[in-house]
Amino acid sequence: MAALLLRRLARHLVLAVLATSLAYLLAAVALDPRAGYEGRAPRPPEAVIDARLSALNLNDRTPLADRYRTWAAGVLRGDFGRTWDGDPVNAELWRRLGVSLRLVLPGAVLGCVLGVLLGAHAAARRGRTADRLITLGSCVLLAVPVFVLAMLLQIAATKANQIMGVRVFVWVGESTPGASSWPDRARHLVLPTAAIALAQLAVYCRYQRGMMLDVLHADFVRTARAKGLRRRSALLRHGLRTALIPMTTYIAYASGFLILGGVFAEKIFGRHGLGEWLVDSITRGDVNAVAAIECVAVCGVLLAGLVSDVLHGVLDPRVRGAA
Amino acid sequence: MIARPGAGNRRVVAGLALLALLFSLVSFGPLVSPWGWDDTDFAAFRQGPSATHWLGTTQSGRDVFALTLRGARKSLLIGVFVAVISTGLAAVVGTAAGYAGGRVDRILMRGVDLLLVLPPLLIVVVLAPRISGGVPVLVALLAAFMWMVTARMVRAMTVSLREREYVLAARFLGVSAPRVIVRHVLPQLASLLAVDASLNVSVAIIAESGLSYLGLGVRPPDVSLGTLIADGHGAAAVRPWPFGFAAGLLVLIVLAVNLLGDGLRDVLDPTGDGR
Amino acid sequence: MLRATDLTVRYAPDVRAVQGVSFTVGAGEVLGIVGESGSGKTALALAVMGLLPESARVAGSVRLRGEELLGRSETELSRVRGKELSMVFQDPSSALTPVHTVGDQIAETVRIHSGASRAAARARAVELLDLVGIPGAARRAHAYPHEFSGGMRQRVMIAMAIANAPAAIIADEPATGLDVTVQAQVLDVLRTARETTGAAIVLITHDLGVVSGFADRVMVMRAGRAVESGPVEQVYLSPATPYTSVLLRSIPRIGERRVPPSRPKRPVVLEVDGLVRHHPLHKGTLLLRRRAGTVRAVDGIGFDVREGETLALVGESGCGKTTALMEILRLSRPQGGRVSVFGQDTSALCASDRKALRRDVQVVFQNPYSSLNPRMRVENILAEPLTTHGVPAARARGRARELMELVGLEPDHARRYPHGLSGGQIQRVGIARALALEPRLVLLDEPVAALDVSVQADVMALLKGLRKRLGMAYLFVAHDLAVVHSLADRVAVMYSGRIVEIGPVARVYGVPAHPYTRALLDAVPLADPRLERRRRRVLLRGDPPDPASWPGGCRFRSRCPRYTTLTAVEGALCEEHDPESRPVPSGERPVPSGEDVDRLVACHHPLAEAEGGR
Repeated sequence: MAALLLRRLARHLVLAVLATSLAYLLAAVALDPRAGYEGRAPRPPEAVIDARLSALNLNDRTPLADRYRTWAAGVLRGDFGRTWDGDPVNAELWRRLGVSLRLVLPGAVLGCVLGVLLGAHAAARRGRTADRLITLGSCVLLAVPVFVLAMLLQIAATKANQIMGVRVFVWVGESTPGASSWPDRARHLVLPTAAIALAQLAVYCRYQRGMMLDVLHADFVRTARAKGLRRRSALLRHGLRTALIPMTTYIAYASGFLILGGVFAEKIFGRHGLGEWLVDSITRGDVNAVAAIECVAVCGVLLAGLVSDVLHGVLDPRVRGAA
Repeated sequence: MIARPGAGNRRVVAGLALLALLFSLVSFGPLVSPWGWDDTDFAAFRQGPSATHWLGTTQSGRDVFALTLRGARKSLLIGVFVAVISTGLAAVVGTAAGYAGGRVDRILMRGVDLLLVLPPLLIVVVLAPRISGGVPVLVALLAAFMWMVTARMVRAMTVSLREREYVLAARFLGVSAPRVIVRHVLPQLASLLAVDASLNVSVAIIAESGLSYLGLGVRPPDVSLGTLIADGHGAAAVRPWPFGFAAGLLVLIVLAVNLLGDGLRDVLDPTGDGR
Repeated sequence: MLRATDLTVRYAPDVRAVQGVSFTVGAGEVLGIVGESGSGKTALALAVMGLLPESARVAGSVRLRGEELLGRSETELSRVRGKELSMVFQDPSSALTPVHTVGDQIAETVRIHSGASRAAARARAVELLDLVGIPGAARRAHAYPHEFSGGMRQRVMIAMAIANAPAAIIADEPATGLDVTVQAQVLDVLRTARETTGAAIVLITHDLGVVSGFADRVMVMRAGRAVESGPVEQVYLSPATPYTSVLLRSIPRIGERRVPPSRPKRPVVLEVDGLVRHHPLHKGTLLLRRRAGTVRAVDGIGFDVREGETLALVGESGCGKTTALMEILRLSRPQGGRVSVFGQDTSALCASDRKALRRDVQVVFQNPYSSLNPRMRVENILAEPLTTHGVPAARARGRARELMELVGLEPDHARRYPHGLSGGQIQRVGIARALALEPRLVLLDEPVAALDVSVQADVMALLKGLRKRLGMAYLFVAHDLAVVHSLADRVAVMYSGRIVEIGPVARVYGVPAHPYTRALLDAVPLADPRLERRRRRVLLRGDPPDPASWPGGCRFRSRCPRYTTLTAVEGALCEEHDPESRPVPSGERPVPSGEDVDRLVACHHPLAEAEGGR
C-alpha cells in the first residue's frame, strides 16, 4: 500500500508541475496587467509602468519564457510572487484558502455521507415510496445549479427572518463583526453548508443508487442469502461495501465541482475566499495571483485523487494486492 | 434482473415533451409578446406583472418576459452547440486512442489527464474575458474543456470493442481500419454518445449561466439566463418575478435535458435491461 | 429428505420457466437433473431455495424433512437456508463476495446458524477448507477470492455449503466452465462432501457425462418439464423418450478409430516453426498499472497442416492455444519463430499481399453472440467479406444467399439481425462468413464450445460435410477431447505454451505417450454409467499452471503423476532440462521410421506403449 501511494505521488507530482505551468502560461498570455496602470488618471509615464511591471514580473514586454522562469524559480522556493498591488501573494493565499475551506468542507463531507446513505437506502427499497421520493428529489436537485440553489436558500431564509421577526439565519461573512464566538460562526455556516451539501448529496445519491442496484442482483448477494442471511443483512454486509468501491473514483471527479461550487458560494454568501479573489484578480489582470489560485486548485484535485486511491485501496483487496 | 423498460421510456417521453414545450416557448413567445427584448419602456420601471408587461419590467424599463425568453434561447443554443461539439471531439479522440493503441493512445490519454487535472472552468474563467468575439467563441471555449471525461469513456469502450470477435473477424477479412471504426465500432458507441451529448447539454447550460452570472460569459447588452439571474437576485426578496422566471426556466431546461438523457441511457444501454 | 411436488415457476403471467416438476431425493442420494439451456433447471433450483426474484410466482410444494418450505417468510426461510438446505452456485468467480476473505465468508455461514464464537467459527472454516482439499488451509483462509483459481473457488463454495452439515445440497452446474482436469477434482470434492455430511444432493448440469458417474438417479428436463426420470443406468442405456435418446446420441464420444496407414503426402498449407508470443504482464487497474512480469502465452511451438487435413490444438485454459491461432491470423512477423502460409513467409508480406492472402485464410470464432455485429443484418454480414475484396454489391448479395443455403439457413434469415437467431444458427452464419471467399485454410476457435449438445452435433456434422465438399484444411482449437476426436485427423496437445505431444488422433488417443495427454483423457467423463464407474483413473493434482511464472526444467513436473514415481536420477532430468520434442519411441512393434516421425512427444520419460494402452 505504501509503495503504491509513493508511486502515485510521484506521478501526481509530474502532473501537478505540468498543470500549474500550463495554468501560469495561460494566465500570463490571457491577462493584461498593463491595462490597469494605463487606465489610471493621471496616466503614469510609460517607463514607470514598465519598471513597475518588471519589478512584479508582470511585464508583457519581457519574453514569456523569461517570466515563466522567474515565476517557476520563485514557486520552487515556495514564493508565488507579488500581486498587482505589490503585496506578497503567499500571505493572502493562505488566509483566503482558510476562508474557502471552512466554507466548503463541512458541506462536502455532509453531502457525501448523506448522499451515499440515501442512495443505498433507495436502492434497497427499490420501487417503493421511499425510493420514488428520493429519486425524484435528487432528480430535481440535480437540475438546480448550485448558485441558484444558494440564492433560493437565501431568499427563503430572508422570508423566514421576516416572518419570525428575528434574524435567525445570517450568512454574510464568517461571523458577526465584533462577536466572533463559535455558535455565531456555526450560525453563519448553516446556509452555505446546506447549499453545498444539497448539491453534493444529489449527485452522490444518484451514483450510489445506481451502484447499489448493480449489486442488488449480484451472484454473491444471492450466495449470502443462500447461506442464511436475510435480504437486508446480505445487502448491508456484502453489497454495500462492494458498491462503495466505484464511488471512490467518483470523489476525485467531484472535487472539481466542489471548487466551482465554492466560487459561487463565496460570491453569494459574501465570503472573502479564493473564489472571490480569483474573479477580482482576473478583472485586474493579476497574473501571479491567478496562477497561485490555479496551483492550489490543481493540488486540490490531485489530493482528492490521492484520497480516492487510498479509499479504493482500503475497500478493495484486489487493488491492495497489486501493491 | 427484471427489466422495467417503461421507466426509461416514460422519462424520454417526459423529457422530450418538456423540451418541445420549452423550445416552442422560446421560439414563439417573442412573436406574441408585445415587446421586443431590446425595447425599453420609459413609462415603466420596476413594475410588477400587468397586461402590458406580462411579467413586469426591469429597473431600466425592459420587458422581463421578452428578455427572459431571449436569454433562455441563448442558453439553449449555447448548450446544444457545446454538447454536439464536445461530444464529437470526444468521439474522435476516444476512438482514435482506443483503436490505435500503443503510443498514440498513451500520448492522447496523458493530454486528457493533464486537462482533467486543471479544473476546466477555472481555465475558461481566465480565458473568457480576454477573448472577444461573443457567443461563438464562448461555445468553442466551453466545448474545449468538456470533452475529456467522455473521451475516456469512449476510449475504454473502443478498447473492449476492438477485441470483440466480430471486430476481429472484420480485421481478419482485410477490412481497413477507418472502415472497421465506422461500420463496427461507432454504431456500438452511438447510444453512449447520444446519452452523453444530451447530458452535456445540461452541463453546458449550467456552465454558461454560471459564467454569465459571474459576469464572464455573455456580455451586456446581450443577455442569457445567467446574467438575468444575477440581475434579478439582488431584489428577489422584494420583486421575485425577474429572478423567479429566469431561474425557473433554467431549472426546467436542465430537468428536461436530464430526463431525456437518463431515459435514453436506460432505453439504449443493453446491459440495463438485457440482464 | 427433499421432495418437490408439482412445482411450477412463472415469471410473467404467460412465461412458464418450470411446469409441474416433481422429484424426491433421499439422504445420501444423488439426483442428477440434466437439461439444455432454457430447460428451466436453474429456475427449479432457485425455486427450491426460495431465491427467485420477487416477480416470479411459484406454485406446488417443496418439503424438506416433511416440512413445507414454499410460502414461508424470508425470516423463516433464512433459518433453513445454509443450515438445512444449501446451494453451490455455477460461477464461482462472481458467487463469492470480492471484498471479504474466504475464511470470513465460511465462518459467517457457521456463525449465522450456530452462534459460535468468532474464533470457533474461524477454526471450523479452516477445518472445512482443509476438508475440501485446499493446501495450507490455515494460511489460505486469510486470502481473498480473487487470489484463488476457479477450481479453488468452487472448493470454497462447497466448503460453505457443507459448513452446517445440511440435509440437502443443491449444486447448479458446479463444474461448468472449469477445465476437465479441475472438473474431475471438483466432482471428487463433492463426493467427499456427500460422504462426510450424508446429505441428499441435487446435481444440475447440462453435461450428461458429469452425471453418469456421480448420480444415482437422473431426471431429464426440457422446456420446463421433466421428460424422463429414473435410475442412471436405465435412463442411459435404455432411454424411454426420443428426446433423451437424441441427447445421448449427440454426445461426442471417444471411441475406436481406424489408424490411418500413413499421412498423405499433400502440399503443406500452413507451417509454423518455433512460434513465440509473450505478453508483458501488468498488475492493477488501468490507473495503477505497472509491469510485473512476462506471460509466456506461446513459447516456441511448431507444426504443419497439409491440404484437406484437420489439426486440432487441445489443452486447458491458458495453455496458449487461442493465442497461437491469433498469431497465425495476424499474418505478420511474429515475436519469434516463423509462420508460413501456402509457402509464403508472413514476415515478408507487404500490405497488399497480406490482404490478398486473407482471402485464403479465414476464421470462425467461439462465442456465437459476440462474433457477429449485433447491428448488421445477416445478408450484410455475409456480403462484407465479398465487398471488401472487390466483389460488386449485387453479386455479393446473390453469393450471400448461396452461402446461407450451403450452411443450412433459411432464405428468410437473410433480413434478420443476429439476436433474432438461435446459437446454432448464429454459428452457421459465422461459418458462412468464413467460407464466403472460398478459403483454403479455415481456423476455428472452439467452434462448438458454447452450443448445447444437440446443436453441437449438427454444427460438427456441417463442418465435416463442408470439409469433404470444399477440400479445405482446418486448424481448430478446442478444450473438449471428444469433439477433437470426432473432427480432427491430427491433434497437438498443448501445455503451458508448448506442444507436449502431436500425432494422428487415433494413435495419440489410443496410446498416449505424454503423461499429460493421458491425464486429460482420463479426466473426460464418459456418458456411460457402467464404463464410468469401472474405470480407474489418475486425477491430476493442482491447477493449470500460471503462464507468468514457472521454475526451470519440465513445466508439467509439478502436476506430473509420472514424475512422482521416478528415481532421483531419472527425476533430475525433469528438474534441470526442458524436454525437446522428439519422435515417440515405439517399443512394441518395429515401425518404419517414415510413419511415426509424425508423432512427436516432449517428455523425458514418455509412457511405455504397454502401460499406455487402454
